[in-house]
Amino acid sequence: MAAYHPPKIASHEITPESLFMSRRAFMGAAAGSLLLTSSAGAIAADLKASPSPFKVGEPLTPEKDVTNYNNFYEFGMGKGDPAANSGDFKPSPWTIKVDGMVAKPKEFGLDELMAMPLEERTYRMRCVEAWSMVIPWIGFPLAGLLDKVEPLGSAKYVAFETVVRPEQMPGQSGYFQPLAWPYVEGLRLDEARHPLTILSVGLYGKTLPNQNGAPVRLVVPWKYGFKGIKSIVKITLTEKEPPTTWNRSAPNEYGFYANVNPAVDHPRWSQATENRIGEGGFFGGSRRNTLPFNGYAEEVAGLYAGMDLVKNF
Amino acid sequence: MMIALPSLPRKYHSASVWALYIVGFIPAVSAFYLGATGQLPGNAIKEFEHLLGIWALRFLIATLCITPIRDLFGINWMRYRRALGLLAFWYVVMHFSTYMILDKYLDFASIIADIAKRPFITIGMAGFVMLVPLALTSNNWSIRRLGPRWNRLHKLVYVIAAAGALHFTMSVKVVGPEQMIYIALVAALLVWRLLRSRYNQWRRERARPSYGAAQ
Ligand code: HEM
Repeated sequence: MAAYHPPKIASHEITPESLFMSRRAFMGAAAGSLLLTSSAGAIAADLKASPSPFKVGEPLTPEKDVTNYNNFYEFGMGKGDPAANSGDFKPSPWTIKVDGMVAKPKEFGLDELMAMPLEERTYRMRCVEAWSMVIPWIGFPLAGLLDKVEPLGSAKYVAFETVVRPEQMPGQSGYFQPLAWPYVEGLRLDEARHPLTILSVGLYGKTLPNQNGAPVRLVVPWKYGFKGIKSIVKITLTEKEPPTTWNRSAPNEYGFYANVNPAVDHPRWSQATENRIGEGGFFGGSRRNTLPFNGYAEEVAGLYAGMDLVKNF
Repeated sequence: MMIALPSLPRKYHSASVWALYIVGFIPAVSAFYLGATGQLPGNAIKEFEHLLGIWALRFLIATLCITPIRDLFGINWMRYRRALGLLAFWYVVMHFSTYMILDKYLDFASIIADIAKRPFITIGMAGFVMLVPLALTSNNWSIRRLGPRWNRLHKLVYVIAAAGALHFTMSVKVVGPEQMIYIALVAALLVWRLLRSRYNQWRRERARPSYGAAQ
């Protein structure tokens, strides 16, 4: 198995600043941060995963919102459509074919994916539509999978593809097709290998519900949600930047990078703030400021040193 | 073609108009209640904003349907037209207020930037601005005062409906069947507006005796 090195995580990623500060005041400066990292308890459920230090110190979005408010156009365009229309989808058996510029192309079966070192990671999820969630994913670093196929030195990008099954995915059949299928996405190889980038096979302690991208999907927490391609059947390493579905659909609105960036507006709305889903009613929540790289700047800003992020939106 | 509907006795006419106002506000009131008590799923504020926008557009279209329904089917629902138009106006007012207060937290710099920069919002705003004089003159006194100018002024409602449908179409990520239907409805109503005087003349020339008696 490939070596996996957990990255350095800033303590503010783990516990809310206010809680952190008050506890620190209590316990004294020395012991604080060490103790706090060990608080991530595994949720009792069907899918076992080890706790990880990746844990946003913000309240989790309720499970019913995470599983009922989705963009997954293969099952329809309404937010409730994926939950309503994905009942016939069969996430098992499943294989992901990994090919392209690799020394050892390979097809991974679902059991092999489930046997990867699964961790629970609580990440922020920021949709390009200016809403957000906090989701306890279960998954493993994509780098771990890539190591097994040994990317060639010339590989620069990773392309992903969603399954096409019109008979099980109503959004892929009928007169009106909102997007060209299959849904495709891509990352630069260094983004794909970044320790924050995971393939997720579960959430809230269970295997992924169909509407969330069963059985395996990508999670890249510093990018807008549409980069997190669902129900992946193919991963290809390439030399050239691969096409991506939303960029093809509206190139002026959705870029290849799609890094969360409060300073670069969508043409139709501001990206400066976001609505946290599930905070209850009209008056329960508050619009919060969107953070550069969705709050993961410390870990990932280095990937884009010297790049014009307004042009490469 | 004539459709025989049992006609409503005259003494219930004004009660039926009030009933329309009451029924017309039900979608907004029930959604507001659900939203305020945390029972709207997902993104409550957006759901509410969208619901108000879509009902505004529906009432605009319903307002424009009254005349063709009379022309084509001989059913006279003219007494409901003002209520439908005013319902459309109030739904736009609520849609705009929801956008300003719940969605934008009265961040006026950002609201003004939105209206100036984002074409779909500019168009929605133009529709709202045009609706104001129509709402203000939707009363018998104004009709008498303005005379033929009232008719000319109220032709704006066609522009507003077109603006509303365009605003809706431009606000979504992917234009789908729903937007197409609204665009098609507004287009059909506009085309009818252009054809109707010729149609009515043709009809008069055929001099169907029953026409004059149609209610
Ligand atoms: C004639 C007047 C108007 C009509 C008929 C109208 C109708 C609509 C409709 C049908 C939608 C889409 C609902 C959906 O997606 O289901 C919408 C969205 C929207 N409208 Fe309006 N609208 C009007 C005026 C305005 C005004 C004056 C503003 C603000 C200045 C405004 C701001 C918005 C915004 C921000 C959205 C999109 C919300 C989002 O998806 O993020 N509208 N409107």
